[in-house]
Amino acid sequence: MEEKTYLYPKWIRLWHWSNAIFFIVLIVTGLSMQYSSQDYQFIPFSQAVYWHNIAGILLIIDYIIFLTGNALTMNGKYYKVKRKGLIDRIKKQFYYYTIGIFKGEKAPFPVNEERKFNPLQKVAYVGAMYVLIPLVIVTGVALLFPEMIVHKVFGVSGTLLTSLLHIAVGFLLTLFLLIHVYFSTFGKRVSSNFKSMINGYHEGH
Amino acid sequence: MKNFLLSIFILVVFLPGGIQAQEEERQEIIEEVKPRNNECLECHGQDEYTYFNEQLGRDVKAQMCEDYIVSEEEYYQANHFSFACVDCHSSGFNEYPHPAEARFEQIYSCTDCHGFSESDEKYQFSKIEESYKESVHHKRLGEDFSCWSCHDPHTYAIKARESNNIKNIVSYNNSMCLDCHSDVEKFEMLSGEKKNVFEHHEWLPNQNLHFNNVRCIECHTEVNKDILVAHKVQPKKEAVRKCVECHSENSLLLSTLYKYRVQENRQKNGFYNGVILNESYVIGASRNEYLNVISIVLFFAALGGILVHSLLRYFFVKK
Ligand code: HEM
Repeated sequence: MEEKTYLYPKWIRLWHWSNAIFFIVLIVTGLSMQYSSQDYQFIPFSQAVYWHNIAGILLIIDYIIFLTGNALTMNGKYYKVKRKGLIDRIKKQFYYYTIGIFKGEKAPFPVNEERKFNPLQKVAYVGAMYVLIPLVIVTGVALLFPEMIVHKVFGVSGTLLTSLLHIAVGFLLTLFLLIHVYFSTFGKRVSSNFKSMINGYHEGH
Repeated sequence: MKNFLLSIFILVVFLPGGIQAQEEERQEIIEEVKPRNNECLECHGQDEYTYFNEQLGRDVKAQMCEDYIVSEEEYYQANHFSFACVDCHSSGFNEYPHPAEARFEQIYSCTDCHGFSESDEKYQFSKIEESYKESVHHKRLGEDFSCWSCHDPHTYAIKARESNNIKNIVSYNNSMCLDCHSDVEKFEMLSGEKKNVFEHHEWLPNQNLHFNNVRCIECHTEVNKDILVAHKVQPKKEAVRKCVECHSENSLLLSTLYKYRVQENRQKNGFYNGVILNESYVIGASRNEYLNVISIVLFFAALGGILVHSLLRYFFVKK
């Protein structure tokens, strides 16, 4: 029998896909700026700056929607990490992905209304949404208004440090995206979870 | 590392002594010329002066025209500090009131004195003059424009070679240009055109930041390998307008603003490249080689992991 659970309310789906679009624009324009050269620019530098700024500002607005949504609705509870036994749970999930799955074992933390994310997923989402995104936003805003930045930190340009942090965090988020998209294929079928994120219903195994 | 420690040692032990000796010598020279110059600076050192008007038979207070004021403080810090005023100005000025002929004196230009001695060789005066002759300043204004128009001999101090502070070099340099170019009336007097530089640069993102951190000549001159500071100022339409000329690994800035230091010390693979060493941050020109390598390795490791895992899934996970 098909079991379907409504797990992704409309607002989170809207947030998610607009966020994904802005994010991809940021990655592409960011890479283009970082690796611009006189002979070859993927996107003309001034255009890349322009669209990076626009997408960045839209992503911030989106992030505020995400925070507000999670604060006001039940969705926020899925992001609460219980410390007790966390390591064990992560180990279990890790074992499943590396060995269990190939032995035909059942997923240790099946998705249901109380538990939308498995432990690894939860840690990754919390890390991305509550640590990395805020960092990339703060450093990004600082670079948008460079006059705000401390001129020197131990003799090194404050702007340089801010920019290195911005780029490093941006890169980690890009890795997150890559891995995130791959793990989205672990639904009932490869395409199931993508469909869920569009229609809101999770398909059980 | 050894060399580095050695140079630190030399710097700490010998430099202060050397600097002090130089400073003492400088003070001695100043003491020598001061009495002669004080006669001039008594009037020309401030914006008002008093003289005895024989016809009226009393002291008269008058205002000194701005162009004729020389700040004593700046003068003795400038490169020409060792000269007495009348070394360069007509001796007619020794008389007071100054005779009319003295006022029509022919003034020396830089290359009347510079470019002949061995110590001048590194400055390449003749090449500077050559470049200048091709600049828009000379082509448009001819004799109405000269070295002095930018380099006031009373205040000129060499900066690009000697200052370590890029910000100081930039603001000193740009003030030379902005002196005329940001003064709509002065600019109109010289060129007959009414223009506002700030409006003309509105297309430039973060205009303030650019004006404070980059010299005007970075975009408005043609770089000349042989001289440190390019002098061929180009007409407006030939200015650099492409961001990547500076914002890229082979930044134009490395061949102009940071040229001297880059020549001395180019750390290609260090934590900083030449540009960052000089305290400024330029997007795109400031790639960090280590982070680059780490990020590429991590990215492909993740991609490889995903590929292997999906293949294993494809072959071994039974549905
Ligand atoms: C092409 C880009 C993306 C695709 C295809 C994609 C796909 C998905 C899918 C299928 C889900 C639902 C399944 C699940 O919960 O794991 C999901 C959820 C989620 N994604 Fe993405 N994603 C993308 C980009 C991003 C980006 C850039 C971020 C954040 C930086 C992100 C953060 C999240 C979060 C936090 C959830 C859980 C939302 C919730 O239910 O509360 N995603 N994504």
